[in-house]
Amino acid sequence: MEEGKVISQSLQESAAAYSIIHEKFGSAISALDANETMPFFEVVDTLQWTEIALFMRDHPKLKFNYMACLSGVDYPTEEKLGIICNFESLALFNHKLAVKVKCARDGGSIPSVACVWHTANWHEREAYDMFGMTFTGHPELRRILCPDDWEGYPLRKDYKVQDQYHGIKVPY
Amino acid sequence: MQELDTAGLGSVRVTRQSDTVVILEKDLATEQMVLAMGPQHPSTHGVLKLECLTDGEVITQAEPYLGYLHRCFEKCCENVDYPAVVPYTDRLDYLAGMNSEFAYAITVEKLLDIEIPRRVEFIRVIVAELNRIASHLVAIGTYGIDLGAFTPFLFCFRDREIILGLLEWASGARMLYNYIWVGGLAYDVPADFLKRVKEFVNYFRPKTVELCELLTKNEIFVKRTLGIGIMPADVAINYGWSGPMLRGSGVKWDLRRNDPYSIYPELDFKVPVPDGKDSVIGDCLSRHLVRAWEMDESLKIIEQCIDKIPSAEGFNPRSAIPKRIRPKAGEVYGRAENPRGELGFYIESDGKSTKPVRCKARSSCFVNLSAMKDLSKGQLIPDLVAIIGSIDIVLGEVDR
Amino acid sequence: MGLLDAGITKHNMLVTSVDNVLNWARLSSLWPMGFGLACCAIEMMATNASNYDLERFGIFPRSSPRQSDLMIVAGTVTMKMAERVVRLYEQMPEPRYVLSMGSCSNCGGPYWEHGYHVLKGVDRIIPVDVYVPGCPPRPESLIGGLMKIQELIRMEQIGLSRADALKKLAEKSVDPRFIIERERTVVGA
Repeated sequence: MEEGKVISQSLQESAAAYSIIHEKFGSAISALDANETMPFFEVVDTLQWTEIALFMRDHPKLKFNYMACLSGVDYPTEEKLGIICNFESLALFNHKLAVKVKCARDGGSIPSVACVWHTANWHEREAYDMFGMTFTGHPELRRILCPDDWEGYPLRKDYKVQDQYHGIKVPY
Repeated sequence: MQELDTAGLGSVRVTRQSDTVVILEKDLATEQMVLAMGPQHPSTHGVLKLECLTDGEVITQAEPYLGYLHRCFEKCCENVDYPAVVPYTDRLDYLAGMNSEFAYAITVEKLLDIEIPRRVEFIRVIVAELNRIASHLVAIGTYGIDLGAFTPFLFCFRDREIILGLLEWASGARMLYNYIWVGGLAYDVPADFLKRVKEFVNYFRPKTVELCELLTKNEIFVKRTLGIGIMPADVAINYGWSGPMLRGSGVKWDLRRNDPYSIYPELDFKVPVPDGKDSVIGDCLSRHLVRAWEMDESLKIIEQCIDKIPSAEGFNPRSAIPKRIRPKAGEVYGRAENPRGELGFYIESDGKSTKPVRCKARSSCFVNLSAMKDLSKGQLIPDLVAIIGSIDIVLGEVDR
Repeated sequence: MGLLDAGITKHNMLVTSVDNVLNWARLSSLWPMGFGLACCAIEMMATNASNYDLERFGIFPRSSPRQSDLMIVAGTVTMKMAERVVRLYEQMPEPRYVLSMGSCSNCGGPYWEHGYHVLKGVDRIIPVDVYVPGCPPRPESLIGGLMKIQELIRMEQIGLSRADALKKLAEKSVDPRFIIERERTVVGA
């Protein structure tokens, strides 16, 4: 955070919440990217992600009980896939925070947090459907929007549409 | 379901409906049946497949299968400019087009350094609230039809046609508007528009009472929805529920109040939450009541906006829209209160391109529907229809 | 009916009045299976409701394909749904008609370019008789499309194939471009 810049109330609250997580997990997470639109940190040690999630949900000063969104993202320049989760403490505290978790493009996997927030169950299935990363520990990881025998992962930047699906022409 | 061994009866299976104990079967060997409801079904509100495992008439598991209306919204967004995404957002929750556009516009505006004219904000709120009323009318009308009540459907659509006429007058289309643009509006409202909206508000106020007497207080409707599909508040939050679903479970959470956007902080309206007097908190009837009460609150909001709106002197709705919408590099998650819950957009921009790098729509119905498996355990098949109707899904938003 | 069907030529005077009665009966009570998929389904529901009442045409929506003679494909057909659409079409008893309502079922709609999962037009899998353009089409447009189906039924004769009936309909239909041309030549002359 720059010196002398006016920092909004919400960013201060996010930074305070981040400092509690940083105290516990130290180097497993990156520094807070303190921008005004979406303050976030990245989980560097992805194997600890489920533990961090449980801590965020259950710590009495954090209580991130509401997962607003879990989006899958493709980072073609870094050769990685990732997820971005937006959290909020609904009706308890006022803080919001976002978390990024990245994995390798081919065969990469991220631990699932479906056991922590039920919201993540279907969102992770959708991220798998659209991008192809696996979520270890997910109760039933299978395609949710595209048909089960669809080829390819549609939202990747290098996706090519298949020509035929069950004998029906797909492109225009 | 409890297993009790009453003397002389052998082994029986019972279930509780309100306070009567109904004995289901005695010493009967039952087989589990797979019942596929949908994708083409009159009561699933669209193309949704519910695969129910039933034991007689009781459902042991109802799993939703989605994707029958997956229209590749996110792929389309990555290939078109920011303003061209607006018609696609319309088609997400097609019953509440204005609200969906609103959510997208305020999200992109977070990454732009522009100031929205005040009159634009007021008009946006007016059309959004009108659309909220129209959407709730469809929800209530189709809920009645699912449960067998045909007349409220016709009454709701009669009133909805008036709203659609007003929105068509302002934007040019009845249902999918492309009106709330990033940075402003497509057109200003016509000269007498606000007067007609005021007339509509006065016309519609007694209609909500009429609808209440026709449907909400109807004994059959109450019997079919009371105590069905109860969801406790903390489980609802863990599932990510929002909107009338969450308020029906007793949590006073409305994004227009708790994470305000546009001019909502200046407006005075209540956030209705059931108190357990007319219904069990968290059941289908509570969620229906929240929607019915919200229509009255929307009328209040519209009236206040009409009183406070600045005049149209020298007003250009497109004055704040940049020539080329090229947001600064960054990411944002913005959201608005849709009639069905929280519609959020996660947008990533690289600062150079006029197209979003990633635009994810966090849809309220997708999240609300994910609790279906838990909600439907142990319910009867007709109750399943009542539960789906109370979730008020729109498949365009679920499947995007 | 088999005797009349076999080896009958067109415009047979013997069966003209029977044709007329049959056609009148069929077009006056078209029961659609309103196959509402997406946004167009809401406009279809609005057309059924009291403002644009469809029941005055005898059109009463049925949920089961086995009891309907018209399928209104209202909304986007996706790849996942395509096989179910074919199955439902095959479950309808003949004579059956298909009306494609809206841009998405006509040609893929706004998703034609980037929608990988969208079927670019329902006529790729089932034969369509009438297309109603619009996104969504107004209720008046849908009623116009249904009246076109009624015109098509009026053209039908025993022994005439569907393709020939459609050709007759196209010849007899008044294309608005021809009206404009005609007016232009009359005014210009």
